[in-house]
Amino acid sequence: MPILENLWIIPLLPLLGSAINGLFGAKWSKAIVNSVALGSTGVSFLCAVEAVREFLSGGSQPFRKEFFDWIVAGSFRAGFDLQLDQLTVVMLLVVTGVGFLIHIYSTGYMAHEEGYYRFFSYLNLFMFFMLILVLAANYVLLFVGWEGVGLCSYLLIGLYFLKKSAADAGKKAFIVNRIGDFGFMLGMFLLFRSFGSLDFQTVFAKAATWQPEAMGQFGTMTVACLLLFVGATGKSAQLPLYVWLPDAMEGPTPVSALIHAATMVTAGVYMVARSHVLFTHAPTAMYVVAIVGCATAFFAATIGLVQSDIKKVLAYSTVSQLGYMFLACGVGAFGAGVFHLMTHAFFKALLFLSAGSVIHAMGGEQDMWNMGGLSKKIKVTFVCMLFGTIAIAGFPPFAAFFSKDSILFAAYNSENGGKVLYGVGLLAAVLTSFYMFRLIRLTFYGEKRYDEHKVHVHESPGNMTWPLMILAFLSLTGGWFAAPALWGGKDYFSEFLSPVFGSGESAGAESASLEHILSGVAVAAAFAGLIVALRMYGKTVKRGTSEGVHKLLYNKYYVDELYAAAIVRPLVWLSTNVLWKVVDAGMIDGAVNGVADGAAAVGDTVRHTQSGNTRSYAVWVVVGAIVVLGIVFWPILHPALFGGVR
Amino acid sequence: MVPTNYYVILSAILFGLGVLAFVFKRNIITIFMAIELMLNAVNLAFVAFSQALGKADGEVFVLFVILVAAAEAAVGLGIIILTARNRRSLNVENVNLLKL
Repeated sequence: MPILENLWIIPLLPLLGSAINGLFGAKWSKAIVNSVALGSTGVSFLCAVEAVREFLSGGSQPFRKEFFDWIVAGSFRAGFDLQLDQLTVVMLLVVTGVGFLIHIYSTGYMAHEEGYYRFFSYLNLFMFFMLILVLAANYVLLFVGWEGVGLCSYLLIGLYFLKKSAADAGKKAFIVNRIGDFGFMLGMFLLFRSFGSLDFQTVFAKAATWQPEAMGQFGTMTVACLLLFVGATGKSAQLPLYVWLPDAMEGPTPVSALIHAATMVTAGVYMVARSHVLFTHAPTAMYVVAIVGCATAFFAATIGLVQSDIKKVLAYSTVSQLGYMFLACGVGAFGAGVFHLMTHAFFKALLFLSAGSVIHAMGGEQDMWNMGGLSKKIKVTFVCMLFGTIAIAGFPPFAAFFSKDSILFAAYNSENGGKVLYGVGLLAAVLTSFYMFRLIRLTFYGEKRYDEHKVHVHESPGNMTWPLMILAFLSLTGGWFAAPALWGGKDYFSEFLSPVFGSGESAGAESASLEHILSGVAVAAAFAGLIVALRMYGKTVKRGTSEGVHKLLYNKYYVDELYAAAIVRPLVWLSTNVLWKVVDAGMIDGAVNGVADGAAAVGDTVRHTQSGNTRSYAVWVVVGAIVVLGIVFWPILHPALFGGVR
Repeated sequence: MVPTNYYVILSAILFGLGVLAFVFKRNIITIFMAIELMLNAVNLAFVAFSQALGKADGEVFVLFVILVAAAEAAVGLGIIILTARNRRSLNVENVNLLKL
């Protein structure tokens, strides 16, 4: 059976797995739950590989198929249409491949946790929605996946829903994402109004015929792109809506790896890259994207410098790396952005899973100040995490060296202050290198800062370490597609994506020497971060004192407090004092109770006629009879009574 | 021949007396008799109209009313006897269990 013609099967398999585990998993043993969850995602991965093989053997034209109509109203049509092009291929393989590895890892990590079947049911459901998101051929279907992954994110962050901080973090993620989704929906409405369709093909074909807007001009296209980007800032945790992602670390570590590092949070980047035709027609929007991305990359990296929770460091690192991807999109290097998306999926999943392995080894401890000297005890985890760290720091020949390099190169070459974007990006790279090696130093080197009698440090089982090793290998080799560009060859990755993004972004031969210089600078930046980290965190370390800049960073620039004071508390005040006490208790309850009270009062008055005295009833009957007779005979009596007098 | 008007006016007077007795008397037997009086006032009107119009319908109705009145007397007197036994009184003011 050709998979390509039946693309729906790829998302359907995880949905089936989710339904089966969700409905029956509670009574089944872990082995059966495992085989359902792993089987559905594994087969889905194989189907994706087969579909990609069929697609690539059939030329470079996007494959597109309409499976059934979903919404048809007048000229509007939103169907269950799936498409496969080079951009989708990258996303599809990352989602199913990394997703499958994380599923394997989870069977080890979650083995002793509550809600085992629930976890796998949600995780499979997430895979389903994520695959819908990347395969969708129109904005409406993409939005279905977009909202679905948000729901699964909420469910998985709040997996331990009895823990208040976890439940709160889930709510925070969901509500902050609502703000972004509001922008996304407005953007879709505007697109529909302008193009009469939300289908990718139609919209992009029509948009391509439009005159590109000028820099600084706020035309329809710019506004639509900015609204879409608001959605992307919510989902991909960019300024100013990034606040939910660090809190989302309350979820189990595999969730952080899959959803909050490798796949879901990159959906915003994917969406912007997918809409590149619109964005290239709106330079103002592009510039905003670049600035927001660059600012986020730097801002989040500075917060990451001082965090003590191992997962929080990685969370801010994720926000920062997503900023790089948006920087790439903003300067028009969509290919570089997607390239970094892919390598980031490898090394950040690796880092999170390694961190999970460390936490597992430490029996649940997440504070790096209570670790230290673990390198000898958990060698496999240590080596894998070191691979991830070197990769993210940007040392050659690891993955991020190539991807981050191409982003910084594109930023350097862009117009409108590209040098500033490059400079800030480079500074963020120094910070990245610093906080990652700080993490390594605090966790794996130095003296033990935990009680050996209480914590029995042990290496994780094979089903956790094998995915780590595979991801470590990918973190090493994932960037090699672009490697030949260094010695004048072809950048195979951007060439692969060129049917989607066009080949305009490949640099000319004369800039090759510039690229070498910039690469050298980037490596030097990574070294700078490394050396500072190693000098600052030597053999003996103690928890830093919180004052001055350190205190500001440790408290995350008080952004949460600022949002609480500026937005949350006024809203709560409004809800409590106006909506609750006036509108709900006063007006709505007042109306409902008022009707009941009125009926009771009328009844209380009228009940006195029911005296229980039989003869009084008889009087009423007589009175009633007289009244009725009077009315009936009035026309006859009237002249008789009065006419006679006259 | 007596004009129909007379019968009807007599019937109305009898009915009015029945109503007054029903409303103002307290003895349950008297009330019962007042009901009979009202029924028979109606009977009188039926018969009078029947004769005036030359149709038998009114007389048939009268037979039905008498029949119902007999049944009512049987049931009603039974209730009165029980009430009298239970309450040692024939005053309707004392029959007020339904009163709030």
